[in-house]
Amino acid sequence: MTDIIRLTAAQTAEKIASGELTAVEVTEAHLARIEAVDEKVHAFLHIDREGALAQARAVDAKRAAGEPLGPLAGVPLAMKDIFTTEGVPTTVGSKILEGWLPPYDSTVTKRLKAADVVILGKTNMDEFAMGSSTENSAYGPTGNPWDLTRIPGGSGGGSAAALASYQAPLALGTDTGGSIRQPAAVTGTVGVKPTYGGVSRYGMVAFSSSLDQGGPCARTVLDAALLHEAIGGHDPLDSTSIDAPVPPVVEAARSGDVRGMRIGVVKELGGDGYQAGVVQRFDESVEVLRELGAEVVEISCPSFVYALAAYYLIAPSECSSNLARFDAMRYGMRVGDDGTRSAEDVTALTREAGFGAEVKRRIILGTYALSSGYYDAYYGSAQKVRTLITRDFEKAFESVDVLVSPTTPTTAFPLGERVDDPLAMYLVDLCTIPVNLAGNAAMSLPCGLAPEDGLPVGLQIIAPALKDDRLYRVGAAVEAAFVKKWGHPLLEEAPQL
Amino acid sequence: MTVTDLLSYEDALASFDPVMGLEVHVELGTRTKMFCGCSTELGAEPNSQTCPTCLGLPGSLPVVNAIGVESAIKIGLALNCEIAEWCRFARKNYFYPDMPKNFQTSQYDEPIAFNGYLDVQLEDGEVFRVQIERAHMEEDTGKSTHVGGATGRIHGASHSLLDYNRAGIPLIEIVTKPIEGAGERAPEVARAYVAELRELIKALGVSEARMEMGQMRCDVNLSLRPHGREKFGTRSETKNVNSLRSVERAARFEIQRHAAVLTSGGTIVQETRHFHEEDGSTTSGRIKEEAEDYRYFPEPDLVPVAPPREWVEELRAGLPELPRLRRKRLQEDWGIADHEMQSVLNAGALDLILATIAEGADAASARKWWMGELARHANETGAELAAVPITPAQVARVSALVAAGDLNDKLARQVIEGVLAGEGDPDQVVDKRGLKVVSDDSALGAAVDDAIASNAAIADKIRGGNLAAAGALIGAVMKATRGQADAKRVRELVLEKLGVQG
Repeated sequence: MTDIIRLTAAQTAEKIASGELTAVEVTEAHLARIEAVDEKVHAFLHIDREGALAQARAVDAKRAAGEPLGPLAGVPLAMKDIFTTEGVPTTVGSKILEGWLPPYDSTVTKRLKAADVVILGKTNMDEFAMGSSTENSAYGPTGNPWDLTRIPGGSGGGSAAALASYQAPLALGTDTGGSIRQPAAVTGTVGVKPTYGGVSRYGMVAFSSSLDQGGPCARTVLDAALLHEAIGGHDPLDSTSIDAPVPPVVEAARSGDVRGMRIGVVKELGGDGYQAGVVQRFDESVEVLRELGAEVVEISCPSFVYALAAYYLIAPSECSSNLARFDAMRYGMRVGDDGTRSAEDVTALTREAGFGAEVKRRIILGTYALSSGYYDAYYGSAQKVRTLITRDFEKAFESVDVLVSPTTPTTAFPLGERVDDPLAMYLVDLCTIPVNLAGNAAMSLPCGLAPEDGLPVGLQIIAPALKDDRLYRVGAAVEAAFVKKWGHPLLEEAPQL
Repeated sequence: MTVTDLLSYEDALASFDPVMGLEVHVELGTRTKMFCGCSTELGAEPNSQTCPTCLGLPGSLPVVNAIGVESAIKIGLALNCEIAEWCRFARKNYFYPDMPKNFQTSQYDEPIAFNGYLDVQLEDGEVFRVQIERAHMEEDTGKSTHVGGATGRIHGASHSLLDYNRAGIPLIEIVTKPIEGAGERAPEVARAYVAELRELIKALGVSEARMEMGQMRCDVNLSLRPHGREKFGTRSETKNVNSLRSVERAARFEIQRHAAVLTSGGTIVQETRHFHEEDGSTTSGRIKEEAEDYRYFPEPDLVPVAPPREWVEELRAGLPELPRLRRKRLQEDWGIADHEMQSVLNAGALDLILATIAEGADAASARKWWMGELARHANETGAELAAVPITPAQVARVSALVAAGDLNDKLARQVIEGVLAGEGDPDQVVDKRGLKVVSDDSALGAAVDDAIASNAAIADKIRGGNLAAAGALIGAVMKATRGQADAKRVRELVLEKLGVQG
């Protein structure tokens, strides 16, 4: 049983296709693992045991009937609780949606079902994806499998922890300012934020529409590529979805050749204020790339210093509008409807009771930033900064193929350390936010453990929009070099739960 | 309801100059909603035409209805507007239970069409140019029904019912620039503008624009300023004025009300007002102490709309003949005078006449029936001409029966009377009432013989060559046959029986 849960997604699919394993066996092994460890980790908010087994049985029946199986058929997946799943609870980590059973599947959910992927359940997250530690979940925090007293990152801490604790070989995340990449970095897993518009947002509960992007999480670069390919591509239900084929990510992940590529180290993302061990492992990664035959240069992106400020105007502004629909009228929580109160009062009482502190903080921030008289100074200026950051990237990509930086300034910090200091929490996403503002693609993958605390460090690779394949090409090369150097994948050094 | 002080209309206009702004919302007749694939059919079960998108469920996203954009451009072109080369939707944020997302997807500072005008013709033929500020695309809200209150308004209601079938139906909002210089004719201009706009929307085929169905709704903004002053006064906004007559009455009422307040030394508060059909009055709605802050920002879930110029030109080339030009052409075709055409328009008879012609009647008789017998009936019953219970096809049939000689004018009027009384189609009325012209000789012959026998003196005159005297005998026959005889045949028989050459 232990063996099954440690297989990669690619290996699992292969063994199911060859008949060495059945999809039901694989699913049961993972359900057993969840049973065994998730009380400690708390990666899942909801386990869909029946749905998962039914899907697994369908895959086995398909194989028995000689029907062709897709490249991820029968592979279990942990889904961030932000994607709607028909008839299966979807809370977005919030009390306000407790008990809601969506009447429809997100496009990503639909595509996974069509690809015969087995959805095990829904994973924990910061409420409405607002946070960097999963501590803003209304359902309690998730522990980092490397050290259960530390944060697993956020907002997608549940998905990353599920991967790192072998509860699933694949997971789904969403990344508005780093919610896929930062959890990947602090849990020693792989996470990709695709180009904006590369994966449909239909059925993905919105936080900040112009920044949100769903993407794959896995333990290996190839697994992430397989999942990327399964969920990516144009969706007529999402107007912002790109009408172009998915970049050749799987092919790139299998090649892993960086000879002759030009790689830029972003001067503004690193140095002072970064944890020493993070800087050390990052520098080693750059050295590895050089050894693999890439040409490394330093690149300056001067506008990146304004990214965090711009982000904390744009994201709250959009969220203040996106979250207005939670008014107790049509779905979700309803408080104070005793027959005497007005609709307006019931809406106010429900929002007061249903939203957590961070969500309220951002709604208030955004409402203020969009107010007449302040709009130009706040939202308007932030959009200008966004343009400048996009230009910085464009200019950089004139001379390099990808950019690299640490994914996060530090390794996983202890649970509770920053809950009362929002600004310190916001700084966690310093390196990841510029990518969302510009809409291009980025990956985080493990590049070692920080010597001072023995916790995982993430390497961030950034590619131009629509060139997601470059992430996988570079990521696969780095991954192979490190596994060779370490003698095993990094996660094998994680403590047994 | 409190009694509102009014100044007489004449006194009001003696002191003040009205300035108006008209905002008209038109529900487009697209098959599906503006941002999802739900049906727009009216009259369905509440909430049966909804989906995750128009219910604003978490995770749902909008997709723009291309026909909606096309219709907006057509309206813009017909209003002589410029069409934006690039524009975006914007979110208008405010909370209301019948608005599923608690923001309305609309357009803000980048409307699809702007800077146009519409020429409207007043009853005396004078043409007044109304400048158009903009026309923009947006979505309708759901519908709240407040239950338990006395007036159907939210005040005093015990609960409310929400129907989201209307949520997301495409709307075009058309906003005029301030209408100045209309003077005492301001209410008439308002009415004529809305009427002309409705004709234009119908001609474009983008909406049926039925005001009584809420497919077209008008807000009348009005302010007064002393004669000779440039600066506008404070305006009131009378919402949802939903018939042509009401538009005119609302403007007139507000002129009189504003004038009363201003002449008594008071000030007008900027507020929305409700219009009351029953007595043509308006009452205070919501006071706008400060401009409402809708926190508009560009809709991030939709991509910008950038209609290619070639497409816009294609749409321009394909515009139908616009109502005012069409009316002019018809007037020339029919060879009638200005005042005759104007009375056709005033009676609301134009479309009915055209429909009757389309059913096979000639223009003169179609006009004759609608402007004569039927207009009279409408007047007597106080109904709109279009609501008179007879169809253009039925009028065309009557006209055909007259042309074929089966009915004479008098009988035709009786047939129409029967149709209006609900006795059925013209042919059924003819049968039931036995109204056919009698031209068969055996039936007429006896009546002619009787007439000759009982008017011997007249018969002698005719025999003596006084053909004009035949009229009296024909009259007698017509009387005997209750008007159903074919007068021409009767004359032939009379002359024949008396041995005279006609």
